Amino acid sequence: MRVMMKGNEALAEAALRAGCRYYFGYPITPQTELMEYMARRLPEIGGTFLQAESEVAAVNMVYGAAGAGARVMTSSSGPGISLKQEGISFLASAELPCVIVNVMRGGPGLGTIQPSQGDYFQATRGGGHGDYRVPVLAPSSVQETADLVFESFDLAEQYRTPVLLLTDGVLGQMMEPLRLPEVRTPRTSRAPWITDGCKGRQRRIVKTLYLDPRALEAHNLHLQAKYAQLAREEVRSEVYGIDGGMDVLIVAFGICARAARTAVDNLREKGLRAGLFRPVTLWPFPGAALEAAALAARHVLTVELNAGQMVEDVRLALSGREIAFHGRMGGIMITASEIEAEVQRISEGSEAA
Amino acid sequence: MSRAASIRPKTLTAARFHYCPGCGHGVAHRLVAEVIDELGLREKTVGVASVGCSVLIYNYLDLDMQESPHGRAPAVATGIKRVLPDRIVFTYQGDGDLASIGLSEIVHAAARGENITVIFINNANYGMTGGQMAPTTLPGQKTTTSPAGRDVTRAGYPLRMAELLAGLDGPVYIARAALYNPAQVVRAKKCIRKAFLCQERGMGFSLVEILSSCPNNWGMEPTAALRWVETQMTARYPLGVFKDATVPTVRGDTAGSREDSSPEPGK
Ligand SMILES: Cc1ncc(C[n+]2csc(CCOP(=O)(O)OP(=O)(O)O)c2C)c(N)n1
Ligand code: SF4
Repeated sequence: MRVMMKGNEALAEAALRAGCRYYFGYPITPQTELMEYMARRLPEIGGTFLQAESEVAAVNMVYGAAGAGARVMTSSSGPGISLKQEGISFLASAELPCVIVNVMRGGPGLGTIQPSQGDYFQATRGGGHGDYRVPVLAPSSVQETADLVFESFDLAEQYRTPVLLLTDGVLGQMMEPLRLPEVRTPRTSRAPWITDGCKGRQRRIVKTLYLDPRALEAHNLHLQAKYAQLAREEVRSEVYGIDGGMDVLIVAFGICARAARTAVDNLREKGLRAGLFRPVTLWPFPGAALEAAALAARHVLTVELNAGQMVEDVRLALSGREIAFHGRMGGIMITASEIEAEVQRISEGSEAA
Repeated sequence: MSRAASIRPKTLTAARFHYCPGCGHGVAHRLVAEVIDELGLREKTVGVASVGCSVLIYNYLDLDMQESPHGRAPAVATGIKRVLPDRIVFTYQGDGDLASIGLSEIVHAAARGENITVIFINNANYGMTGGQMAPTTLPGQKTTTSPAGRDVTRAGYPLRMAELLAGLDGPVYIARAALYNPAQVVRAKKCIRKAFLCQERGMGFSLVEILSSCPNNWGMEPTAALRWVETQMTARYPLGVFKDATVPTVRGDTAGSREDSSPEPGK
C-alpha cells in the first residue's frame, strides 16, 4: 500500500517497523516531527520514548540501552549532532549498535534551520575523537529514507557499530508517496556481549578504556579490520544516464542528487550528454564505482549544498583529474537549471580550449 | 576489623585494588559488593562505571557493567533501566564526575525519579587527574588548580549535592555518609543497603553521597586524611538522610535533621 508521508515521519515509522522500540532525543528543527512521531507511537506499541535533557544525555541513554540489548535510535540536526559526538566515539569503541539520524541544517554554529549538506566532513570522518568510522547512508527520497532505516539497523547489528543516517531539512519535511517496508519482528537480541545481569554466566563488561597501549592498539586494529570489511562489502551507489560517453558526469548525494537528476534529463533533451553518479554510502565512499563511471566522461562536476566537502573524496577517487565544483550554502537549494548552466559552462569551456 | 569483614564478598573479584593506600574507593566498593551479596542481587544487577579513579571498578565487581563517558553515568543507567526495568542498575561516580561535568545528567535522572541507585564518592577533589579543584572542594582548600586555597570570591562555593538533589520531587532516598571510622562505615553500608532496597522495591531514585578520603592528592597520611574528613568535610557536608519518601514525613521535619532515619524502607 502506498501512503503519503513526510520524510521525517516515514523515517520514524520505518524504524518502528524495523523493530526499534527505544528512542531517546532532544528537540531541534528540522527533525522534530521524527521525535514527535516516536513520542506518539512508541507507547502505543509497548516501546519507550524518552525526551532527554540534552543531546549529550540522549546519546548516552542510547549507549546504555544498546548495551542492554535494545534496538535503539536517536535523531538530531547539526548542533545536536555535534553534542552527540562524544557518545558516538564511545559507541564506536564499545561496539554498540544503534542508529543516529542527522537531518542536516545550515551551519556552522546555530546557522539556519534550512537544509544543507554542511555536515559531510563531520559525518564521514567519524566526527568524534579517536580513530574510528561510522557507516553513513544518505537517501535522496522519502521512499529511500524509509528503506535505508532498515539497512541502517541491519548494518548496525551486523557490524556492531553506530550507523549514521544522513538526511536534510528538505527530505525531512517534504511529502512523497511511498511503500512502507514490511514490519519486522525485533531480533530478541541475546547477543553474547549484552549486559543484562550475569545470571548463570560470567560477567560481561561494556567498556572503551584500554590503559595498556598494546591492548588499545589491538582494539584499534580490530576496529580497523571491521571498517575495512565495511569498505569492501557495504558500498552503495546509484548511477543515472550513464550509457556510453558523457560530456559531463555530475556527482551529487542526497537531496542535491534530485536536482542533478532533473538536470541530466533536461541536458539530454538539449543534446548534451550528461550523467549522474550518486553515492548512497558516504562512508564507505564508493570510490571504485565512481572511478568506473567517470572513465567515460570528459568532465566531472561535483554539486553539493556546502563549500565543497564530498568533492575531496571525489578528487581522491579520481586522483589526477580536474574536478569542477558547484555549491551553495546558507540553506539555499541548488536548482536543476543552475546545474544545467554549470554543466554547459564546463563543456563549452573545454570546446573553446 | 571483624572476622566477617575479612571474608571476600562474592561480588568482589580477586583483583587487587589499584587505589592509593588509605583511599576510600576500596572501602566503598566493598560495601557495595557486600550489600549486593546480602540482597542476592548479583545476577540481576548492571553497574555503570564513571570516569575518575574508580573507572576500573568493573575489574573489582563481579557483575555485568558498562563504562560511561565522564559524567554521563546517570544517562547510561537510564538507558539500561528503561530496557531492563526488572534489573538493578546503579552508578558509581566521583564528585568531579557527578557534580561538575555530569551535573545535568544527575539532576535530571533524579528529577525523573529514575529507578536507579547512585553511589556518589565525594573526596573534595578530582583524584584521577591529579588533585584539581572540584565543585566539592572546601573554601580555602588547596588543590593544584587552587594553589592558594579555594577563593570563593573567584571560584564560588562548593555544591552540596545531597541537599541539592533532596530538594527535587523525583528522588525517594538521599543520604550522606562517611568512611572515617568503623562506626561510620557500618552506617554508610546501611545507607547503601537502603538505597538498593528502594530500587528493588520499585520506589524510585536513590543516592548515597559518601565522604571519602584522597590522601594522595591531599598530601596527607591516611589517618590524617580520615581526621580531615571527620572534622573539615563533615562540617561543610553534614551527615544524614536528606530525603526519605519511604517513611511518612512528619510535619515540621526539616531536611538534613533526620540523621538516624530507619535503614529499611517502610520500617
Ligand atoms: C570529557 C572528559 N573531560 C575530562 C576528562 C579527564 N578526567 C578524568 S578523571 C577526571 C576527574 C575525576 O574526578 P572525580 O569524579 O572526583 O573522581 P576521583 O578520581 O576523585 O575518584 C577528569 C576531569 C575526561 N576523561 N573526559
Ligand atoms: S588519587 Fe585519591 S581518589 Fe584516586 S586512588 Fe588515590 S587516593 Fe583514591
